[in-house]
Amino acid sequence: MPIEKFTKLVSSCVPLPIENVDTDQIIPARFLKATTREGFGNNLFADWRYDKSGNPKEDFVLNNPRYSGKILVAGQNFGSGSSREHAAWAIVGYGFKAVVSSFFADIFKNNALNNGLLPVQVSKEFLQKLFQAIEKEPATEVEVDLENQTIRILQEGIAESFDINPYKKKCLLNGFDDIDYLLSINHEIEAWEKEHA
Amino acid sequence: MAGKTLFEKIWEKHVVTTVEGGPSVLYIDRHFVHEVTSPQAFDGLRNRGIKVRQPQKTVATADHNIPTLGQDQPIRDELSRFQVNKLAENCKEFGVPLYGLNHPWNGIVHVIGPELGITQPGMTIVCGDSHTSTHGAFGSIAFGIGTSEVEMVLATQTLLQNKPKTMRINIEGELGKGVMSKDIVLYIISQIGTGGATGYFVEFAGSAIRSLSMEARMTICNMSIEMGARGGMIAPDETTFEYIKGREFAPKGADWDKAVEAWRQLPSDPDAVFDKELTFRASDIEPMITYGTNPGMGIGISKSIPNTEDIEEATRPTFQKSLQYMEFKPGEPMLGKKVDYVFVGSCTNGRIEDLRAFAQFVKGKKKADNVTAWIVPGSRQVEAQAEKEGLRKILEEAGFEMRQPGCSACLAMNDDKIPEGNYAVSTSNRNFEGRQGPGARTMLASPITAAAAAITGKITDPRDFL
Repeated sequence: MPIEKFTKLVSSCVPLPIENVDTDQIIPARFLKATTREGFGNNLFADWRYDKSGNPKEDFVLNNPRYSGKILVAGQNFGSGSSREHAAWAIVGYGFKAVVSSFFADIFKNNALNNGLLPVQVSKEFLQKLFQAIEKEPATEVEVDLENQTIRILQEGIAESFDINPYKKKCLLNGFDDIDYLLSINHEIEAWEKEHA
Repeated sequence: MAGKTLFEKIWEKHVVTTVEGGPSVLYIDRHFVHEVTSPQAFDGLRNRGIKVRQPQKTVATADHNIPTLGQDQPIRDELSRFQVNKLAENCKEFGVPLYGLNHPWNGIVHVIGPELGITQPGMTIVCGDSHTSTHGAFGSIAFGIGTSEVEMVLATQTLLQNKPKTMRINIEGELGKGVMSKDIVLYIISQIGTGGATGYFVEFAGSAIRSLSMEARMTICNMSIEMGARGGMIAPDETTFEYIKGREFAPKGADWDKAVEAWRQLPSDPDAVFDKELTFRASDIEPMITYGTNPGMGIGISKSIPNTEDIEEATRPTFQKSLQYMEFKPGEPMLGKKVDYVFVGSCTNGRIEDLRAFAQFVKGKKKADNVTAWIVPGSRQVEAQAEKEGLRKILEEAGFEMRQPGCSACLAMNDDKIPEGNYAVSTSNRNFEGRQGPGARTMLASPITAAAAAITGKITDPRDFL
């Protein structure tokens, strides 16, 4: 199944300046009983976002009308903990297309990439500047250019390049899916199995 | 040329091909499947019109979402029941062996793999669960994957993976009294942080590690994900072979001799070079307890919570948020803090040795009245063994109830939820906000530290009783 293509994104950001945001916070375990990929966006950050009666908590950033956009900006070590891909589904389901942090947990990074969600790893300094820019002006726009592997704070003119595995970059730019690729090299897998039987 | 590490030896043997400038196609020997992270993957296969490529290299169990009481009854929670039934339907349709609810081999996926002898040295093992790293205790490459990757392995028996860097963590010397392997791993994470091994595959080594049983080694590898590692592993040795021998799916007869000979070649060569190497002294480790909301926020049980000034400035807001959630203050001691719940179980500490250690500790004592305790064996086989050894009787005499196996309060997907605001000492692996139920406050510890808390009703140094 092809994933959604990602080329260039210009958007305002939603800041979450907390470190070690784990996947239990992104989507608590009690929401993992679903058997499809849909509907997780409503419960993204559920325990930070809603009170016990299900009313939005005013102090949480997703409920703050000052902030909106398709880019989530988070503190270091984002996505640690459980391997649940539901975390990526929830972030995509909510409407984010990219997550910016100075550091991502491994499994989350793979899950994000497999769902067309771009994890943009930036330096600590850039992340700090980005948080400051958003705090000063919530409408601050950021451009994420996958082809050129750059992220730019448009109003400030500050930019940084980011790394991405060349294979994954190609997949995202073209909307390719890993399984299609692996199925296309079936003869090689068969040969390996015969050799190692 | 430098020698090879345990990790490199296994990795190189399993690379089918490498994408130019990209990841390797890694062949997967064993794929464990459970009810929570697999339904979307099976749907994917149906949408593509393809089969499971190697159903016999795949094993399924129901563990995350099952009750720990009344397992002979239909599951009451509708969504849980639907998900568990879905797994059974999918396994039937795709020919995957399933050790579901009430099967004598049912249990937590990372407990049953080793106890059935499915997990073996030199293998590549994956599962849609981050604690798959547990199986690395046998000298295998084992790691957690997401659901898209579960689909990838079901469809092709391979996985696209970038080769991680290698790290060796040595624990040298003799462990002190009352220090369990859980304390070793909590200590390491407290030293290097929850992202300290991100991007690495970690080999645990050193004399303190060599001296551990397989159960104890599994506890350490289990939590390697909590330091951010892709996985953790320990070189196979006589302890490993002794554990595997005679188990259901272990090689038998001449195959056994051949397998052991091959396994003996696996340990890292003496001149192997790791990208990073750390060494800790076993004697520096005391029984550990966590005070915050990630597994890196742990301290020796006799120590106090750090002061805010001791925390790096950028991390302070996160530190403060965490203590606010726990309702703890910087600089406070942990000893004497009240405990409402004790949970013994999970893929970290739900094996027979853990139950033995807990039972031995509470034998002849009484559970504190203010504590609710859930003792949850990791599998049906652990439960049966505990019964056989008389552990259930010891527990009951001390006022404890042993429940039926499952993941239970480790992630509280079933009814085993710690009530909001309550404090739990838990032998599980994560103290994240709400992990054990919305608003629950978790303090991670070893089975005997949990036992000491259960007996006294407060955080207590287990060494006081030894």
